[in-house]
Amino acid sequence: MSRLYKFPGGLKLAGHKTISTRQPISKAAIPDRLFVPLGQHIGSPAECTVEKGQRVLKGQTIGAVTDYVAAPVHAPSSGTVVDIQKFPAAHASSLPSDVIIIEPDGKDEWLEREPIPDITEMDPSELRNLIRCAGIVGLGGAAFPTFIKLNPAGHQISKLILNGAECEPYITCDDMLMRERPHEIIDGAKIMRHALNAAQVIIAIEENKPEAIASLQALASELDWLQIQAIPVIYPTGGERQLIKVLTGKDVPSKGLPLDLGMVVSNVATAAAVHHAIDHQQPLISRIITVTGSGVRSPQNFEVLIGTPISDLIELAGGYTEDADRLVVGGPMMGITLKTDATPVVKASNCLLVQTPPDHAGEAIIRPCIRCGECVKVCPVKLLPQQLYWFSQAKYLDDLQSHNLFDCIECGCCTVVCPSHIPLVQYFRFGKSEIWKKEQETIKADLARERADAKTSRVERIKAEKKAQHAARAKKNAAAADRKKEIEAAVARTKAKKTADIDTAINQNTEN
Amino acid sequence: MVLTILSLGILASLFGLLLGYSSVRFRVEGDPLVDKVDSLLPQTQCGQCTFPGCRPYAEALVKGETEINLCVPGGEDTITALAETLGREAVPLSDEHASHVPSLAVIIEEYCIGCTKCIQACPVDAIVGTAKQMHTVIAEECTGCELCVPPCPVECIDMRPIKPDISSWTWPQPYVAYGAKN
Amino acid sequence: MKEYALILLGTVLVNNFVLVKFLGLCPFMGVSRKLDTAIGMALATTFVMTLSAVLSYLVNQYILIPLDAEYLRTLSFILVIAVIVQFTEMVIHKTSPLLYQLLGIFLPLITTNCAVLGLALLNVQEEHNFVTATLYGFGAALGFSIVLILFAAMRERLDAADVPLPFKGSAIALITAGLMSLAFMGFAGLG
Repeated sequence: MSRLYKFPGGLKLAGHKTISTRQPISKAAIPDRLFVPLGQHIGSPAECTVEKGQRVLKGQTIGAVTDYVAAPVHAPSSGTVVDIQKFPAAHASSLPSDVIIIEPDGKDEWLEREPIPDITEMDPSELRNLIRCAGIVGLGGAAFPTFIKLNPAGHQISKLILNGAECEPYITCDDMLMRERPHEIIDGAKIMRHALNAAQVIIAIEENKPEAIASLQALASELDWLQIQAIPVIYPTGGERQLIKVLTGKDVPSKGLPLDLGMVVSNVATAAAVHHAIDHQQPLISRIITVTGSGVRSPQNFEVLIGTPISDLIELAGGYTEDADRLVVGGPMMGITLKTDATPVVKASNCLLVQTPPDHAGEAIIRPCIRCGECVKVCPVKLLPQQLYWFSQAKYLDDLQSHNLFDCIECGCCTVVCPSHIPLVQYFRFGKSEIWKKEQETIKADLARERADAKTSRVERIKAEKKAQHAARAKKNAAAADRKKEIEAAVARTKAKKTADIDTAINQNTEN
Repeated sequence: MVLTILSLGILASLFGLLLGYSSVRFRVEGDPLVDKVDSLLPQTQCGQCTFPGCRPYAEALVKGETEINLCVPGGEDTITALAETLGREAVPLSDEHASHVPSLAVIIEEYCIGCTKCIQACPVDAIVGTAKQMHTVIAEECTGCELCVPPCPVECIDMRPIKPDISSWTWPQPYVAYGAKN
Repeated sequence: MKEYALILLGTVLVNNFVLVKFLGLCPFMGVSRKLDTAIGMALATTFVMTLSAVLSYLVNQYILIPLDAEYLRTLSFILVIAVIVQFTEMVIHKTSPLLYQLLGIFLPLITTNCAVLGLALLNVQEEHNFVTATLYGFGAALGFSIVLILFAAMRERLDAADVPLPFKGSAIALITAGLMSLAFMGFAGLG
């Protein structure tokens, strides 16, 4: 076991994990309708490539990439495309986003796929492209396209860290995956290691998961490039930068990435998905999700198809209890409250938490900030949540940026310890989106100013040109008029001379 | 007595000479403050502040000739920023302006006659088209200033409010009424 | 040497011009909304106060007293102060137009700042010599600056804080100034 370090702050939280680990992972039945959103990841949404009424096969691409930071979307089961419309998304705003609705035909027929040759011979960029085409995104919750993360971009990668920490209370999907399907993770790790040309792979697991540690350790003991590391149970040790600090003692620079330190962090479920994509040619169409909380009758983990409505899953978990009053997608610390359970499960949905009134009684009456400083003690990023709160409240955007608001990982530690129950993370999210909005407006305004200036100078230039043309024409006309006058004068002179000559001749004749 | 008056008079003249010299030595040309104020304005060039563009409004503000609550597209945030920069009191937007909704211009193509009047009116060249050809508004460049609507002889330009989209959605400001439940 | 240290200590803390003598309250309240403006004002006032202490002493010593024209003291002191302030205004307008705009009317109002004239007259009253007068002026300016900057920092925090509506703005600022003054009373008896 190598030496471990500590990150500043953090909290020890009650796990609530055992309520959902009593049963093994069960496969969720194919629902009546699948609602597959086109934008399930960080980056541009996919572009729909199927039409209404078209029959699709399982694993068929139904949404293509439009940008670099993007991932394709595939049909989770065979069936007919019923509609392509707007549907409420599993997003904090509950605003509608584009969704492809498929009616499964029950046959679950796979698309014909070609086996992929031995990856050890394959060029890493080709391997990354296959991972991209399989629509793999980070399954830890962030949904960042994995093929970009697996690009070393000129860095020498010393460590690929697979995150099996699962530090947030209630969530157990990674735990169950590690217990029941460790070979998937290790096969995936092999592929990812090849794509990165990484020296070593570490799978980090919190100490409260002894079965997972044992099951992975059993397979890892023969592999010299793989190390299974147990880490202390503290929230949020599963955060990328906190995990790197714990394992290596190194700090990822504020404006940098783990890549700058020669490390890449990915989730264990992502590794399993990579294994399915490369070794079985199966794109990302399902994931393991925890349905838990005191608001469902039988909490457990499911292997669910992407696009399954949440209401269906809750039914499979025994349905709601009488006093269930809040549905959260994600965990109690970083999850988002949903307004409706008709929303589909997406690639980033790792947990469905149904809460009852006793669960959130702690967020009782909000009182003024008493400047106690408890929030500063627990911040894992060493920020000043108290100052950030005051600045967010007063909308001092410049001060927010100078206090590194964008380094906040929104873990929620400060909100939990605040004795006045102030919803601090809400203020920080508000501050971040205000700064983002202001930046967008400034960019737009600068562009508008440039265009307005360009138009004004163009209009003036055309005016000046027209004026010059008029002046030139006038000058030309004047010159022509002058010339005409000259000619007329010359003609007059000649006429006069002629008349004078004739007169002289007549006079001479008369004299003679 | 005379000596007193004389000596004080000489002192005052000396001071006067010093000040005269300094006023020449430390003369200030131009006004960088106008640039700063202009950078706070949204550059819509709509003229709703009664000035022909954002830069003239900025110049008038720095001279102190006008109010700071005239910019409609800028809204409350711009007024606050202007108040800070110019050291004045932040006045709220007048009621008739406060109901302004950000919109985009859309040309109804069935009615467009290709007269180019709207193209000439647009201050940021956001309308594409030429004589007797179809005109269209480039949505990304449109600032919603509404200057194209009056010149159109067939009234075929609509101002459509920008609907909130999942990509432009921002978190609402948390409202904390002390004693309220979260 | 000890005497000079005592003068400094006295003017900055014990007999602070703003919080104990209650002079110079106008810029103290008017310029303390933002920290940057306050720092600019503090520097400007320090320059003016020190220079006016020196010049007014010289004028008093070498022009007014030999000519038996003490009755012209106020007039000539104001003349000196006005010239210094005009000069400072021009320099600031050139070097930092933004600060010039931010200070606004308060920059020429340093002329009527009772702390500046009060300083000059106190120097005469206390019968300081040249060095003591200069130090007294500098100390008074330093005390003014420290208090102004502290107060500005506090006002910035007050702006962001959740103050009840009837107290927002000048009201809470004056209450804070009063509390600061009470705090500075703690220095009485020092030195």
